[in-house]
Amino acid sequence: MDYFLNEEQQMIKDLARQIANEKIIPIRAELDEKETFPYEVVDALAKADMFGLFIPEEYGGLGKGSFELCLAVEQLSKACLGISTVYAANALGAYPILLFGTDEQKKKYLPSIATGKKLVAFGLTEANAGSDAGGIQTTAVKDGNEYILNGTKQWITNGGEASIYTIIALTDKSKGARGASAFIVEKGTPGFTFGKKEKKMGIRASSTCELVFNDCRIPAENLLSAEGRGFLVAMKTLDQSRVGVGSQGVGVAQGGLDEAVNFASMRVQFGKPIISFQAIQHMLANMAAKTEAARALVYSVARYIDGGAKDFSKVSAMAKVFATDTAMEVTVDAVQIMGGSGYMKDYPVEKMMRDAKILQIYEGTNQIQRNVIGQCIFKEVVKNKKG
Amino acid sequence: MNIVVCVKQVPDTAEVKIDPKTNTLIRDGVPSIINPYDMHAIEAALEIKEKIGGTVTVLTMGPPQAETALRDAISLGADEAVLLSDRAFAGSDTWATAYTLAGAIKKIGFDIIICGKQAIDGDTAQVGPGIAEFLNIPHVAFVSKIKDITEQTLTLDRMMDDRYEIVEADMPVLFTVVKEINVPRLPSLKGKIKAKKIEIKKMTNAEIGLDVESLGLSGSPTQVKNIFAPDIVKDRKMLEGGVEEQVNQLMSVLKELKCV
Repeated sequence: MDYFLNEEQQMIKDLARQIANEKIIPIRAELDEKETFPYEVVDALAKADMFGLFIPEEYGGLGKGSFELCLAVEQLSKACLGISTVYAANALGAYPILLFGTDEQKKKYLPSIATGKKLVAFGLTEANAGSDAGGIQTTAVKDGNEYILNGTKQWITNGGEASIYTIIALTDKSKGARGASAFIVEKGTPGFTFGKKEKKMGIRASSTCELVFNDCRIPAENLLSAEGRGFLVAMKTLDQSRVGVGSQGVGVAQGGLDEAVNFASMRVQFGKPIISFQAIQHMLANMAAKTEAARALVYSVARYIDGGAKDFSKVSAMAKVFATDTAMEVTVDAVQIMGGSGYMKDYPVEKMMRDAKILQIYEGTNQIQRNVIGQCIFKEVVKNKKG
Repeated sequence: MNIVVCVKQVPDTAEVKIDPKTNTLIRDGVPSIINPYDMHAIEAALEIKEKIGGTVTVLTMGPPQAETALRDAISLGADEAVLLSDRAFAGSDTWATAYTLAGAIKKIGFDIIICGKQAIDGDTAQVGPGIAEFLNIPHVAFVSKIKDITEQTLTLDRMMDDRYEIVEADMPVLFTVVKEINVPRLPSLKGKIKAKKIEIKKMTNAEIGLDVESLGLSGSPTQVKNIFAPDIVKDRKMLEGGVEEQVNQLMSVLKELKCV
């Protein structure tokens, strides 16, 4: 397929692939096994200007859009979803500043994010607030020129490794979700510590941990947007990033498909390579068709966002749900085609399968995505009836 | 601080085949790359620049298509690129090549000159030291580590067959590097965008003004008479019989060959 990439988009894709092949593939199994954070790869991505891809040129980035970010994420995800999660979660953490920051906040934080000198993390989820994000209990109480944060964020990607955190907390408990606000919190602020580091089924090269705020005082100027707009900040950020999770799905699906095709053409049973059997061909055909369809959807949505679309919750959720369900299905089938070999750690597909599962869960479960899509369809019907 | 890196575009030898009739390299369809040792020279230059500042200029002598090697070097972070290309340079051996490069480097201006220890096609390791001789400056070959660098002096580890030497050299100086010195970086996006747009400076002998008799084929004291691939002799003898019998046979063969 030709997606008509321009010269710079092709360049971004090629460079991301080169980093994946030379810096990620040789070490991915070891990072997964030992649950090691990929410092060397982060350094290589930083030197290659990859962290500045979506940051405007005036803040030291390359000024590209969602589409270019998706191209890079897809190539990294094909090699290792754990590492691409570190990279994509960084974008997730940066979007609140990019979308809602004042010029001063952008000037202060974006340049060091663009160079990769500082990693970012996004903190919304809590023990009692997952799919029901409105149920957060972390509070931010204004005290003179400061806010005092109290509470615990859970399962935060890049937690502990990031230097900058965008945090959603309640400034008015009585208003629930409408009382939420978004803040920038820097690592090292007194009262801000890290809880337990999670042990995970997949994406084990990425770090996931608790953020603990205990009378943590931050300057009032670290408020993003306005008090009470935190939930909006979070939702707009997630709309933006979901298509990126979709591109993670496309990447890992392609990775699984490539491994399965390669294996099936080498593996001989009943005197023939197993790729010559219709049973295998039909599986590969479904895997290939779904992966390509997911890619076409993700690319279209990313280009739609970059074209200046105002409301893209529905299509962004569609890209996420379709591409990540595809990723799960394709990686499970890749293991099936490779049989016993696929189940062993000698081949990368068992890792791909373990890794892929998170895509259906994080940044809004695929059930929540369907809620978003469904509600949008329902609203459109109501609007059309009125109009 | 002017840092000049000499690079050579070479065929990717992992892909090269030899035409059995003409005994020359089949270059059609073989990708060209920057000589791998020169990649380490570029990395060394970029690291020096990051440490003490300066400008990194990459220089190559070759046909017009060698421009792609220079653009690759720009994408890694080099500031300027110069392509030395003239029909008069064709057929240069290592003497004429070093003479020509030295002439160009004089024009460019230099404090430090870095070369890969040798090219993977010619494998002579003569051009780097040759340039230093023509410029009448010190050179340090086979550098495996830059131990220290100040505004005037470099302290270098030099890798010999059986030992390291620690050499201190005042600038201007030329050194050649071995692959142990560093891990070459990958290109950056900003570098790649710059590499697409940058105008490569082209230099002919008209700008350098060297003695034409000393250039190219006529200026080369050595000339290639013949190239051939060595015959590969595969002499194979299968031993047969029981284990003891085979061991005895093997021992007598080894004794015959004076291996034991």
